[in-house]
Amino acid sequence: MSGFWNWWVVLLVAANIVFAVWLLLSTTSTKPGDQHAGPETTGHTWDGDLREYNNPLPRWWLGLFYLTVVFAVGYLVLYPGFGNYSGTLGWTQIRQWQAQRDEANVVAAREFARFDGKSIEALATDPAAIRIAKNLFANNCAMCHGSDARGAKGFPNLTSPNLTWGRTPEAIVTTISGGRQGVMPAWAAVLGADGVEAVANYVYSLSGRAAPAPALVSAGKEKFDTLCAACHGADGRGTVALGAPNLTDAYWIYGGTLAAIKETVSNGRSNRMPAHLELLGEQRVRLLAAYVYSLTPAAAP
Amino acid sequence: MQRAETYNDTVVRQFAVMTVVWGIVGMLVGVLIAAQLLFPALNFDIPWLTYSRLRPLHTNAVIFAFGGSALFASSYYVVQRTCHTRLFAAPLATFTFWGWQLIILAAAVTLPLGITSGKEYAELEWPIDLAIAVVWVAYAIVFLGTLAIRKVKHIYVANWFFAAFIITVAVLHIVNSAEIPVSMWKSYSVYPGVVDAMVQWWYGHNAVGFFLTAGFLGIMYYFVPKQAGRPVYSYRLSVVHFWALISIYMWAGPHHLIYTSLPDWAQSLGMVFSLMLIAPSWGGMINGIMTLSGAWHKLRTDPILKFLIVSLSFYGMSTFEGPMMSIKTVNALSHYTDWTIGHVHSGALGWVAMVSIGMLYALIPRLWGRTEMYSTRLIDLHFWTTTIGIVLYVAAMWIAGVMQGLMWRATNPDGTLTYTFVESLKATYPFYAVRLAGGVLVLGGMFLMAYNVWKTITAANATTAEQPVLQPAHG
Repeated sequence: MSGFWNWWVVLLVAANIVFAVWLLLSTTSTKPGDQHAGPETTGHTWDGDLREYNNPLPRWWLGLFYLTVVFAVGYLVLYPGFGNYSGTLGWTQIRQWQAQRDEANVVAAREFARFDGKSIEALATDPAAIRIAKNLFANNCAMCHGSDARGAKGFPNLTSPNLTWGRTPEAIVTTISGGRQGVMPAWAAVLGADGVEAVANYVYSLSGRAAPAPALVSAGKEKFDTLCAACHGADGRGTVALGAPNLTDAYWIYGGTLAAIKETVSNGRSNRMPAHLELLGEQRVRLLAAYVYSLTPAAAP
Repeated sequence: MQRAETYNDTVVRQFAVMTVVWGIVGMLVGVLIAAQLLFPALNFDIPWLTYSRLRPLHTNAVIFAFGGSALFASSYYVVQRTCHTRLFAAPLATFTFWGWQLIILAAAVTLPLGITSGKEYAELEWPIDLAIAVVWVAYAIVFLGTLAIRKVKHIYVANWFFAAFIITVAVLHIVNSAEIPVSMWKSYSVYPGVVDAMVQWWYGHNAVGFFLTAGFLGIMYYFVPKQAGRPVYSYRLSVVHFWALISIYMWAGPHHLIYTSLPDWAQSLGMVFSLMLIAPSWGGMINGIMTLSGAWHKLRTDPILKFLIVSLSFYGMSTFEGPMMSIKTVNALSHYTDWTIGHVHSGALGWVAMVSIGMLYALIPRLWGRTEMYSTRLIDLHFWTTTIGIVLYVAAMWIAGVMQGLMWRATNPDGTLTYTFVESLKATYPFYAVRLAGGVLVLGGMFLMAYNVWKTITAANATTAEQPVLQPAHG
């Protein structure tokens, strides 16, 4: 606060408190010639029968008012409030938060220390680790991936045997720590409406289902081999290093209906998993990775 | 003297009837959104019926349409009776009625359409903000003009509170609504970041302090002594609590922003001045309730007095609860929970709605030349549905709020949160059900009132003949 605003605040605060005390003093002290306090009215009448007694201020009420004034003054001595004056306790909300956080971090570090040096695979079978990890998941991950980790449209199902970015312990730790950015380009301009229809029918058939238009499958495969195989692989099993999903399993991040596949092929997809290392720290990230790792056994290659 | 001067009660009657209408509308929307919290499908997938759009409609309708109409009606009635004169500038008074109703209609259309400035209790967009400013200035001219032409030397205490409410609300509205229009229905606040938040809650809490407190204390100071037939308890108490209340309220806004990016000094001032508000607030409660000394037996037979006295009890409770919630340690638990909703409704239903309802039951027979309402038994029934409804509502939200606060802050030794947010929501469901039941009871009471008012004003002996101005008493 600049000098002017400091004095502005100081003066207004002081003036208002002094005014309140003066009000109380001036109405409780009696001066010669004052109207007697008590059951007589002030002598004024409005609207036929509206009159006022002039009873003294109730003592308990007066005491309550003074008490709050004393509290206010005391508080403003101890804590910031009186303009730029910072109070004798040196309290700020930031310091209060830091103190609580530091204290919690010490306790948490002790709690987490017993998991240090254990492998993700070992943690995944440690009930104590999984109990904490589940809680971390519920409060940090469940809003996107669901409290059962089964995800939603656009938010991957973590119980699926084929995780797009890999389900080795290292891959999961990397995903949670640094986040991931997945991009599928839009192919509508290149393929044209017929091409999209054909590719979609082929992709549909990759997971062992009969394509809705079987006649288009071979034309679709031709396009797939030139345009899609670079990322999704000639066999459509995807490339973990690129985050290109496996198209031959039953799981679809954006839905496996023909319409959904056509939408994906035509317009592409863009998705982002945020980085969590800075937010959660390594110990929590490793526990979360163990939890995700524990959800299903890795699929056979 | 050719013709005796008469009171202008036409505008009072108009506002009184609309108070009942807007009360029903506002509380009906409240009951709907309370039900939506239990059954989200009740928005029927229609954008205009989503919770996010109806919630501001509910708050605007009950505060500004219901509460506002009650304040216009009572202040126009009281200022004429206690100044012993006809209302100043009659055409302007008529203008305030039609202007205010148009503003309410504009709110009822724009808010469901999603047109909002995003400031709580100040959601209306800039063209409506301008209209509010114009109508409010007209209101100030009518009210203060009537005070200026009064036939008695002393200004009755109710008028101090009405005047403070009218002047301060004008200032609050104009300052907080300073905004830059970018199109017909979109504007942005002129204040940046945390300054905007501070201005918003300076407005927001003083809207509580002046619109919902000072204005309704004006109602209390006329209708309680009238209905009890007793003098006001203490003139000097009214002086002290009036000046203390209006000066200290001005500082309380920052308690809405405790543990936020608002600077520490502002948070502290918001807290200590909120605590200093207990006594000034209770001054009004004491003056109202103690006015009944010597007339307590009337509570047995007069349900209107019951409304007025219970409203003062709720006023006392919520003005104690509010300062407690502004203490940083308590606020850390209560903030963002349903405790706040419970607190607001203890004030808005318990105090504002009950004092307004009591006022209307006293006022409406007088406006139609009758001595009492069509049915006193129905008033009594209304009193009990409202009281039980509010207690259910407030108790449910208290329990829910404290439970949410405790669940959100619960942590395991490893530092992880014990509960997810969704778990706290699931645990709140039973309390949402109780709250809905309370709301239905309160709304049901409003329908009883509408029927009672209808039978009163359409009765054969009801008359809207103008009443002559009473000559001031000497002395």
